[in-house]
Amino acid sequence: MRIVVLVKQVPSTDKVKLDEKTGTMIRSAIEAELNPLDLYAVEEAVRVKEKMEGTEITVVSMGPPAAVNAIKEALSMGCDKGVLLSDKVFSGADTWATARTLSSGLEKLGKFDLIFSGERATDGETGQVGPSVAAQLDMPALTYVSKIREIGDGKIVVERAIEGGHEAVESSLPAMVSVVKEINEPRMPNLMGKIRARKTEVTVMTAADVGLDSSKAGLTGSPTRVVKVFYPSLSRNGTIVDGKDPDKTVEQLLQFLNDKALV
Amino acid sequence: MKSSEGTFQGVWTLGEQRDGEISSVSYELLAWGRELADKRSTTLASVVLGHNVKGKVDGLIQHGADVVYVVDHPGLEHFTPDVHAAILEKLVREFMPEIFIASATTYGRTVMPVLAAKTETGLTADCTELDIDPESGLLIQTRPAIGGNVMATIKTPDHRPQMSTVRPRSKKPLAKDESRKGKIVEKVYPDELFVSKVKFIEFIKDETTALPIQEAEIIVSGGKGLKDAKNFDLIHELADLLGGSVGASRQAVDMSWIPYSHQVGLSGKTVSPHLYVAAGISGAVQHIAGMSSADICVAINNDPDAPIFKVCDFGIVGDALEILPALIEKLRERKATSSEGEHKATSSKGGS
Repeated sequence: MRIVVLVKQVPSTDKVKLDEKTGTMIRSAIEAELNPLDLYAVEEAVRVKEKMEGTEITVVSMGPPAAVNAIKEALSMGCDKGVLLSDKVFSGADTWATARTLSSGLEKLGKFDLIFSGERATDGETGQVGPSVAAQLDMPALTYVSKIREIGDGKIVVERAIEGGHEAVESSLPAMVSVVKEINEPRMPNLMGKIRARKTEVTVMTAADVGLDSSKAGLTGSPTRVVKVFYPSLSRNGTIVDGKDPDKTVEQLLQFLNDKALV
Repeated sequence: MKSSEGTFQGVWTLGEQRDGEISSVSYELLAWGRELADKRSTTLASVVLGHNVKGKVDGLIQHGADVVYVVDHPGLEHFTPDVHAAILEKLVREFMPEIFIASATTYGRTVMPVLAAKTETGLTADCTELDIDPESGLLIQTRPAIGGNVMATIKTPDHRPQMSTVRPRSKKPLAKDESRKGKIVEKVYPDELFVSKVKFIEFIKDETTALPIQEAEIIVSGGKGLKDAKNFDLIHELADLLGGSVGASRQAVDMSWIPYSHQVGLSGKTVSPHLYVAAGISGAVQHIAGMSSADICVAINNDPDAPIFKVCDFGIVGDALEILPALIEKLRERKATSSEGEHKATSSKGGS
């Protein structure tokens, strides 16, 4: 089985900046990490590999050169190969252009049976890239997957966490699977894994390598444009009371809720 | 599709159905759609894909649609992402809407990116605000990123349709008007278009009757300050009394006091209820990111410096394990003494 895990390097969540001019996120010069929700995709891929002999996992990301660190983190958990799509013309891409770049890269890398992704990235929070890649490669998009029931013989049976319950579906392979956090408990990389990750060379592919026309990549190739960015104030200046006397405090709270027609 | 490829007009909303019944999010979406269509002086259409739904779409017209496009086929009974997207692509290419919006539900967030990829147009995820630019007539899409710490306004200048998913409960449905008239257009396609690579097996319903937190009007969330799983029952009790759903901080989920589907925050769900009660939650930026759009926030925490107090409307500096039992008792008393229904908590139904 040939598996791809799509990962993204994201800014550590409390240290994010946006370029107010272009509206794109400034990722350099701040602390970055592997998107926390991608860990579950990596873990699930490694679990499939442990069950199915002859499985190879390739971690693929699009990003600046430093995104190699996110790929290394995934490698240390048990993935085999790493590919970083990195080129100046890729920058400023929206989800459509990102998916286009990733799927062009995947086509160059050969045929895959399964593509894993996390539910969404914690910076852009769109969750659109996985299904878009699936569409570009003509694979069914199995989103919000919380469990893989069966895999093999050219098919996969999964449970999807949807509104009000879980839906079990069967799909033929190849397929794209985006996973939610409840699917597993990601492992901590062990020393062996870390050593192997350090030794593994991450292949870097440019726009020319993936054979992508630069008009389809990056900001130029993006149908959407960020026209304004603003920082809403979250502070509310609420009433704060001392709760030493619970009964009295609760009366005050009920009065507050009553005024708001909530009780 | 490029705007230069032809004349794109009309606003579309994606209707949702489950077991042949139109979901309430479909009506919320029409309220957004109506506003946009009126500003563009154009028609509002809703699209519904399903099986045995064609007799049930009148409600969409009564809630604001001028036209309903319905495709009714056994192959659409369940969500087959490839087939649903392929049918939507057919419709979009034939009727060329200028704007197409869907709810940011698991359905909308799956089918719309596939459709956007197939029709080569932009898609803006999880918008909280939509408007029309009076000068250019373009759709203005506003969405939170990085958990609401940043808001971005996005346009799709040259591609059509301009597409977005819209956060559920970001608008109340319009009042139902049974006298409203509209047109229902049924589209029929050859059977081979409905053959999916995905086959539905079963739906396992959650045991709880409470709404999923993304749809809840009232959420009571608990965190580390509750100290153990047993104390977390207080959160369930309070949620029941208020007619709300149960949320949790990441710590509470990590300690297995409650399943992940209840987690509020950056690595959990983003919620926008009318009332959010945070008990024993200090309010890490990742948690605040998931609940900052609540209309009213009540916080209970024993640390006066906890960041949750900055974003609350009413804060109690005290031990959640003392405050919650007292609050539950008072609410029970009220319930027992008040006449039937008079003081009942606000309905938790999805806004309709």
